[in-house]
Formats: sequence, structure tokens, C-alpha cells
Amino acid sequence: MPKIGSLDELRKLRESAQHDLAIRRNTGTKITVGMGTCGIAAGARDTLQAVMKELDAREIEANVATVGCIGMCSKEPLVDIEQAGKPRVTYANVHPDMVPRLIEEHLVNGHVVQEWVFGRVSEDGVAVPDTEVS
Amino acid sequence: MRELALHVLDIAENAIAAGARQLRITIGESVAEDSLVIAIEDDGHGMDEATLAKVREPFFTTRTTRDVGLGVPLLAAAAERCAGNMEIVSAPREGTSVRARFQRSHIDRAPLGDMAGALMSVLLRSPDESLELRYEHRIDDWVFAFDTREVRDLLGDVSLGDPAVRRWLSEHLSRCEQELKEQSCPR
Repeated sequence: MPKIGSLDELRKLRESAQHDLAIRRNTGTKITVGMGTCGIAAGARDTLQAVMKELDAREIEANVATVGCIGMCSKEPLVDIEQAGKPRVTYANVHPDMVPRLIEEHLVNGHVVQEWVFGRVSEDGVAVPDTEVS
Repeated sequence: MRELALHVLDIAENAIAAGARQLRITIGESVAEDSLVIAIEDDGHGMDEATLAKVREPFFTTRTTRDVGLGVPLLAAAAERCAGNMEIVSAPREGTSVRARFQRSHIDRAPLGDMAGALMSVLLRSPDESLELRYEHRIDDWVFAFDTREVRDLLGDVSLGDPAVRRWLSEHLSRCEQELKEQSCPR
């Protein structure tokens, strides 16, 4: 039976990845996309793809992860951005076409995109009132 | 759902929620038999008979955040709409196996869609440990197989979620899915 797919290139990738490992672990940026039934139906897979594409295009080192339903289905796709030393910000109804602006404003320029924010949680897990956020 | 890949992702999410450590996703397409079969098997905590009997009902869920569940009934409805069916086999502590069969040429059959994207969503659920994914997509005589254990062996202590690895995996999966499609259906 004819087979498709070789993993050979991964060997080379391992060496370069190990080299950068220490730097990458310290980036401290994590982006999480909700991937429950609700998220999937709302287009979360494509939002995730858009996030990875935008990070790659801008060469931003960030961890990306998916998570199950967190109970706010009407706000899906939900995207969470955590950066070391800053409150965690959850954005609601994030569709792929919104991702470039989100990445640019939040990660590159360091400004929260207020109009898309659903909620914020400080590093010690306390909800942050709107007025306290830069 | 407008793509079968989204159903696959959804059922895979159930498996992960059930604590699966091994997840096996198989897609078998046969032009001669006019069939498309999706199988998702996990070693999660499984379901007892009472739960299994209710799982096809829309709005049944084991979740506590909200009491609506739609993933399994959506897949069952999609298969039945395409002269197919869906079976679930499960036992407590032994895992769950979901198998959906579609008439491949049925006019209502959704396209498989972006399987590579769906697989990436699964891989990024626990890029560092715990979940091993075995994926196999067959179209007639052609097969594309992907196994996270092989990938981890090659990567050593580098995470599947490492940005460079993530990018490579995403491209690898898309490329192989595309190649499989082209090889199996020469035009």
C-alpha cells in the first residue's frame, strides 16, 4: 500500500529547536483558544489557524494551546492572551479576520483591544475591573 | 457542522475530556464501496450502559458547566442523513469507540474539510505530554499515517508546541492530506 509522509525533516528541526529552547521557554506569552463543541461550531479551528499564521508571519514566539468548553458558549470563539506580568485578557467572538489586528495591537503594540474584551483576570487570579487596565 | 473534520475534532475533544491518553482517529474512504468511515477510539474513562443509552439524545452532557451536549447527536444526524449510521461502543475504564459511516457520494455528505487544522487543534491540547495521537487516512489503496509517538521520538525533549515544530507539523499535515487526495484521485 503506497504511503505518504516522511518525518525526516523533524530531525534537523530538533537541533535548531533545542538551541532556541531556553529563549522560547522565557517568552512568557500564551494564547489559548476554546475548542469545545460550541467553539468548534463557531469557527474556533479557523481562529486557531489564523493565530498560528499571524504569529508565524510576524515571527512572534508564543505558546499556543487549545482548551475545552469553559461555559460561555455564546461568546465563542474565545481567545485568551496571557503575558508575563500582565492581566490575562479574554477576547470574545474572535473570528479569523480579527486575528491580525488582535495580535498587532495586543502583542506587538501592547494595547488591549477594548471593544473585543470579554474579561480580564490578574496574575493572582482576581478579576480586574475595567478602569484598572492600561 | 459544515465539514466532517469538525465532527472529528468535536468527538476527539470528548475523548480528551474523558481523560484519554491514547487517541486513534481513522478515516477510511473507499470509492468502490462508496463509503467514508470515521472511527475515533480512545482509552478514556468510558461510559456505563445508562450513560451510553442517553448519549445520542441531544442536550445530554456530562459537563457541569452547562447542561447541553450536542457533539455525538450532531455526528449521528450527519451520518444518518447520508444513508449511513453511527455506532458507539464504550465501557467504564475501557474507553470509547465512535464509528460513523457515510455514503461517500451522498449529496448531503459534507466535505471532509481541513483535517490538518483539526489535528493541530488536538495536538495543541497537550503538546508536552499525556496524549498520544495515532491518525490514519486511507483513500482506496493510499494511506497517510501520523503517530505522535514517532514524532516525540525524533524530537526528544523538544515540545510539539515549540513554534518551529508547530509550524512544521501544521505544514506537514496539510501537505500530506493534499498529496493523499491528489495521488488517490489522479486527474
